[in-house]
Amino acid sequence: MLRLEKRPQPSQLWMVLSPIIAVFLTMIVGGIMFAILGKPPFEAIKVIFWDPLFNDQFAAYSRPQLLVKAGPLILIAIGLSIGFKAGIWNIGAEGQYIMGAICGAGAGLAFYPSESFLIFPAMVLAGGLGGWAWAMVPAVLKTRFGTNEILVSLMLTYVAQSILISVSSGLLRNPEGMGFPGSRNFKQWDAAFNAELIANTGLHWGVVTALIAVIGAYLLMSRHIMGFNIRLTGEAPRAARFSGVKPARVVFFCLGIAGLLAGAAGLFEVTGPAGQLTGSFNAGYGFTAIIVAFLGRLHPVGILLAGLLMALTYIGGELAQLMLGLPGAAIQLFQGMMLFFLLAADVFTNFRLRFGKKGVA
Amino acid sequence: MNDVLLGLEGLTKAYPGVVANDDVSFDIREGEIHALLGENGAGKSTLVKMIYGLVKPDSGTMTLRGAAFEPAEPRAARAAGVAMVFQHFSLFDALSVAENVALGMENPPKPRDLARQIREVSETYGLPLDPGRTVGTLSAGERQRVEIIRCLLQDPKLLIMDEPTSVLTPQEVEILFETLRKLASEGTAILYISHKLEEIRSLCDHATILRLGKKVATCTPAEASARELAEMMVGASFETPQKADRPLGEVMLDVRGLSLPAPGAFGTPLREISFQVRAGEVLGLGGVAGNGQDELLAALSGERTTGADVIRLRDQPIGNMGPTERRALGVLSGPEERLGHAAAPDMSLVENAVLTGADRMGLLSGGFINWPKSKGFAEDVIRTFDVRTPGSGTAARALSGGNLQKFVIGREVLQSPEVLIVNQPTWGVDAAAAAAIRQALLNLAANGAALVVISQDLDELMEVSDRFGALNEGRLSDLRPVDGLTVEEIGLMMGGAHDMEVAHVDA
Amino acid sequence: MDLSSINPVLLIASIMVSATPILLAAIGELVVEKSGVLNLGVEGMMITGAVVGFAVAVSNTSPGLGFVGAALAGALLSLPFALLTQYLMSNQVATGLGLMMVGLGLSSLIGKPYEGMKAPPFPKVEIPLLSDLPIFGRMLFSHDIMVYFSVALVVAVWAFLKYTRAGLILRAVGEAHDSAHALGYKVRHIRILAILFGGACAGLGGAYLSLVRVPQWTEGMTAGAGWIALAIVVFASWRPGRVAVGAYLFGGVSVLQLNLQAAGADVPVALLSASPYLITILVLVIISARGAHAAPASLGRPFHASH
Repeated sequence: MLRLEKRPQPSQLWMVLSPIIAVFLTMIVGGIMFAILGKPPFEAIKVIFWDPLFNDQFAAYSRPQLLVKAGPLILIAIGLSIGFKAGIWNIGAEGQYIMGAICGAGAGLAFYPSESFLIFPAMVLAGGLGGWAWAMVPAVLKTRFGTNEILVSLMLTYVAQSILISVSSGLLRNPEGMGFPGSRNFKQWDAAFNAELIANTGLHWGVVTALIAVIGAYLLMSRHIMGFNIRLTGEAPRAARFSGVKPARVVFFCLGIAGLLAGAAGLFEVTGPAGQLTGSFNAGYGFTAIIVAFLGRLHPVGILLAGLLMALTYIGGELAQLMLGLPGAAIQLFQGMMLFFLLAADVFTNFRLRFGKKGVA
Repeated sequence: MNDVLLGLEGLTKAYPGVVANDDVSFDIREGEIHALLGENGAGKSTLVKMIYGLVKPDSGTMTLRGAAFEPAEPRAARAAGVAMVFQHFSLFDALSVAENVALGMENPPKPRDLARQIREVSETYGLPLDPGRTVGTLSAGERQRVEIIRCLLQDPKLLIMDEPTSVLTPQEVEILFETLRKLASEGTAILYISHKLEEIRSLCDHATILRLGKKVATCTPAEASARELAEMMVGASFETPQKADRPLGEVMLDVRGLSLPAPGAFGTPLREISFQVRAGEVLGLGGVAGNGQDELLAALSGERTTGADVIRLRDQPIGNMGPTERRALGVLSGPEERLGHAAAPDMSLVENAVLTGADRMGLLSGGFINWPKSKGFAEDVIRTFDVRTPGSGTAARALSGGNLQKFVIGREVLQSPEVLIVNQPTWGVDAAAAAAIRQALLNLAANGAALVVISQDLDELMEVSDRFGALNEGRLSDLRPVDGLTVEEIGLMMGGAHDMEVAHVDA
Repeated sequence: MDLSSINPVLLIASIMVSATPILLAAIGELVVEKSGVLNLGVEGMMITGAVVGFAVAVSNTSPGLGFVGAALAGALLSLPFALLTQYLMSNQVATGLGLMMVGLGLSSLIGKPYEGMKAPPFPKVEIPLLSDLPIFGRMLFSHDIMVYFSVALVVAVWAFLKYTRAGLILRAVGEAHDSAHALGYKVRHIRILAILFGGACAGLGGAYLSLVRVPQWTEGMTAGAGWIALAIVVFASWRPGRVAVGAYLFGGVSVLQLNLQAAGADVPVALLSASPYLITILVLVIISARGAHAAPASLGRPFHASH
């Protein structure tokens, strides 16, 4: 008979091991899924995980895409992970991302066609503030009325989505766009364009910001008292209050920083890879970032790696769509499964498996 | 002599790293009150869980009236006539008394019949209870009645009671004993678990003593002295704390008219609490659990704030300050619940040292934590208070209750508080560790700190305090010097008026 | 704007239709939460129910079989959540989110071939006599069987929780799992059953969307209905009767805003299409500000039987 027994303390080894196991299990089960879909399983796994980086034909295009896709994922996931550590479940990053893009783009377009070098920084700032403001709604409601932040932040994503559709075909529509929905194209406006900083690397300002966020989050969570208080709040809320932590401050801080980073990510995306604000420029990064945050064990360095991995599955998925006709949704399922397997493997971080008679039913 | 009801033969149960029960054998006879005596961690709970079907023994056998008895689950034990009243009640706060009773029965009657039966049994045994009340609104004593009635309705042959008096006033204890004696005279056997020697001497026919999982002896407690029982139970002698003569200084902590609404649906409001504590003095606050102890600690520690003038430290108003500001001024505290309140279970001892020591021990510079210095502080606590742990990097939950308690009390003591408030400082701690903690508290007072010790252990309060008061429904009784205080007086202070009515019910 | 184009009889009738999917999902989630488990994956189970129900119904030209298939699919999808949270003690919030994502991915994978198809018609059941009543007959008593079923289910859940021993045990497990365990109740088994029931209900709700309400399959068609079902459970303070009120209230809002859009009301379209979500937030705020929570005390807390 198998049973689980609580470890006296979390296993460091399994903290590192469980995401790796999760990825392998996902490959195995994903392979079976591909086989059921009538696709060659090993070929599909290779196309998803190997070809984007090392295939002679595609790697030149795919490699830069890795950073392009990983940038926003990491940036958003870093913000989310800080909240998750405190037990604050902001799952509306997608909405904050959208609102950041709208506010930042709107702030920039107000000065069109100025070529001032201040335009782009101002847009980034406005984008971050837009995401921050959107995240403040659940923060205020939670601290003031005790309203559940999970539901509010999620509902606000749908609200943001309808605002996006409205402004991209209304207020911010390109006046020279011949009536098509969508804003001006930022790629054609140098002052606002989030260009590639080093050619063919995919490195843009968003990626740089993401790397800074990784370092900042690491220092915050492992060295600073605020990070300590955040962790304490998540681990033992009563002990946190006893220690003197003000719960409302933690809520504002965590939701605020998540909104800020998600909003900035939205702005970087809309002024860079996406190029313009359209009703569907957002690619669900806000949701995928949740997986990234967990897969990275809510640890900044882990998130960096998990973000790159998840970006790889995006690019690999597109490649597999192209080469093997694999449905796009398969990759979404693939990502979801990875989170499931991670959560399953995670049990061994806190419990160990015992063989033998069991004590309790 | 009556026949053997339940026979235990060679029961053994091991958990990783610890043998909870090692070859334990004894008999319980029909209609006897049999005590199971032992320190915390002696294996009493594991033993009764085996009898009640919650835990399966690794080896050994049990017989009930001569037949093999191997309950696979509590349901089977109940069907066989074994009922249990838990130490930490197995009750459901949001449900009614009748629903709680029904959940503990195998074949509960219809709700209306059940309510009638509850009233009948509660009258027969002098345990007044309204079946329609929500359990969360009941006092600790009333909650215990729910458990007892739940058991009695099933006509048990054996009733197991796990530390039943820890939540009762002395008067309530007397009622309970009357009920138990009456049950025994009707033929019900009772297995009575306790570490309180006097209780066992006055109530029980036989006693089995466990130490470190092994049976040490079976004796007739009325024929043994409390001291003999204690030596069998503890196995080694240890020093009892010494109260040094100390002069009282100025008034350190001054609380005037402290009132706070209840923190949650089932909390207790604080009502007009006023007291003063002087430098060098220990104020002991007794009372039955759930009468405002947690709430008072939260108000004094700063977890809940009040008007500034309500609480004063050396005449400085501090009532509106949070825990951090109060700590900076020297007001420190230790809550009752170790895991999750005084300490974060999954965090290391170093991190748990930062939890309250960050400011006072200078562990921060510019908001950043100085980890090496924090480690030094944690190791200081570990060394000074003899905390048994593999190292300061160990998670708090990996420590035994007594060791963690030494750590969280030591953490505050080493910060040289001017005022220290502790709630249940030795709850669930073995005798030697408890003595060490009490000595540390007394030393602190001797060095001029003012102490408030909240506890449900009257012996402890008598041992450490200079003055005594009791909490009842969020009110504080008059404070009296401990010298010359009798048990009756303490009971009256703890009970308040309405519980006294209960005391007159004929059992 | 022409409000006279809105027919009140049809309006009420369509509110019932629009509320039914959410009502089904919400009453299932209520049972799950009453047992002390928070399953945030309602959206994923709903949309899987929607696509499986649609696929089964189209393949067999039988909406009835479609609903059965959807219930099974919802329950099946909730099984990994149940095993993960109950046996592997994973975080319920994270696992629920994972369930949502798996469901969304799975549904669009399964649904690709069925895009653009039409659902087989689902007959209405005219209740004899009652459906002949003027006005009320059309309004309340000439719906398809699932509308009646959803109402009956609410009553059944209410009676189950209030009057049966099994219902009492379920509530007890949700209130204090340690106490329930000490009394010998199988906390995990009870919770797994509740989770499966919740999955089946969410599946039914999803199938009602794709088979009756819309009625066709489009990717992501639940559009947050599962989340609104979760919000309604909070709004209802975990009471079945109030779940019905909440679902119908929400159904009313979403039908009304569609009608207003169609009638060309002088309100920004963005505001109208966001209104169901905004109103859900508003309702949540009002409920939480009143402080009447009554949430099961063990909700969301993992249970591990220690010795």
